[in-house]
Amino acid sequence: MENNRFELNKNLAQMLKGGVIMDVTTPEQAKIAEAAGACAVMALERIPADIRAAGGVSRMSDPKMIKGIQNAVSIPVMAKCRIGHFAEAQILQAIEIDYIDESEVLSPADDKYHIDKTAFDVPFVCGAKDLGEALRRINEGAAMIRTKGEPGTGDVVQAVRHMRLMQSEIRRIGSMSEDELYDAAKQLQVPYDLVLYVHNNKKLPVVNFAAGGVATPADAALMMQLGAEGVFVGSGIFKSGNPEKRAAAIVKAVTNYTDAKMLAELSEDLGEAMVGINEQEIELLMAERGK
Amino acid sequence: MRIGVLALQGAFIEHEHMLAQIGVNSFEIRKQDDIGNSFDGLIIPGGESTIQGKLMNELGLLEPIRKMILSGLPVFGTCAGLLLLAKNIENDTHSYIASMDITAVRNAYGRQLGSFHTTACFNGIGDVPMTFIRAPFISSVSGNTEILAEVGGKIVAARQDNQLVTAFHPELNEDVRIHEYFCEMCRNYTVC
Repeated sequence: MENNRFELNKNLAQMLKGGVIMDVTTPEQAKIAEAAGACAVMALERIPADIRAAGGVSRMSDPKMIKGIQNAVSIPVMAKCRIGHFAEAQILQAIEIDYIDESEVLSPADDKYHIDKTAFDVPFVCGAKDLGEALRRINEGAAMIRTKGEPGTGDVVQAVRHMRLMQSEIRRIGSMSEDELYDAAKQLQVPYDLVLYVHNNKKLPVVNFAAGGVATPADAALMMQLGAEGVFVGSGIFKSGNPEKRAAAIVKAVTNYTDAKMLAELSEDLGEAMVGINEQEIELLMAERGK
Repeated sequence: MRIGVLALQGAFIEHEHMLAQIGVNSFEIRKQDDIGNSFDGLIIPGGESTIQGKLMNELGLLEPIRKMILSGLPVFGTCAGLLLLAKNIENDTHSYIASMDITAVRNAYGRQLGSFHTTACFNGIGDVPMTFIRAPFISSVSGNTEILAEVGGKIVAARQDNQLVTAFHPELNEDVRIHEYFCEMCRNYTVC
């Protein structure tokens, strides 16, 4: 069998399962994240909460800054490019990033087309609000999916909404008779073979993480119990009072997400959580970017 | 027969599916309570060795599991599992269970662009598919460790008595023969 990059890239996501991927902006933060038990880090210049506060156009990070983080840790390093900005993705591939996040957190570069991810050797993770979006991204070559949630808010409500919706649509497809799948593919605006996969396997063809607004061990456990295979934590860690302790607690909460007694211990004395903003107070809905 | 699968992080479900395919019962190990009852073999899956090692330690699993392995419990480590069992890791100051006489190199093929798939001979089984994901390899073995497979001159599978390791991921392919090989090790252990 020749080297099938898509298979290998899906396989890397399988190795990340049951883990926490943390946003970091400096090599020092990356080391803290690695020591706390992150399974990968997302290198970016500003965490989503600060992107939100700063406004303006938000772009791919400086490759030099990303390389600094690659040199600081031994775990996989991810970085974000703008939706549709395949030149940024080419640059990230050139510096041998382990995963590219084609992310709605940055300002979209193309309001119609996502990147043709099948043209790349490095893997992509993409955000999705529902099953249709998830399968469209997979059809474009995404090897991993995450919920969009609402980044930089510390409010988990949207991640919950997206995960619940995806899971309920998967259950609906799973219970259909086979002749109903053609119409389901039409409704979801996705290819039939991906719908057939979901019908037969009762899951997405790739690993599915939760992201957007996760701020506490309880949030992480909630997302895992709702069917996430792992968790991204962005602003929630380094915008909190005690990042080391909170990060380590979230890692353990993802491993033992059904053990309420352990979750209670993990939730104790974590210092101040990220203040956060409610979804009603947000002016910019990042989840609406890229469909 | 009951095989425990360390389920702290990584690709543990894939191993459970492989065991189910060959009709072997498995259970997940996430905390100390889970290893209270006796079992016949242990699988340490792929994932990130740094986290699995850290969590094993903090959840009080490292010492009991090391003792079980040293007293003969069959164990099968894939990728990160190989690193956790290695006595030495060339490019990492940590060591974890450190029960097997091998020296490993972490991320030995580089970043994700270095991940690859191949087919190579596994001693006693024949040609098997091998998927390497940000994989380690074994740079040297000592004691009575037996080399079971090599790819491009690098050692990618080895066995020392009750301990079996692969740098690749047999759980990611359809071929169940390496899992059968390990279960055979467990059966012999149960009989002893």
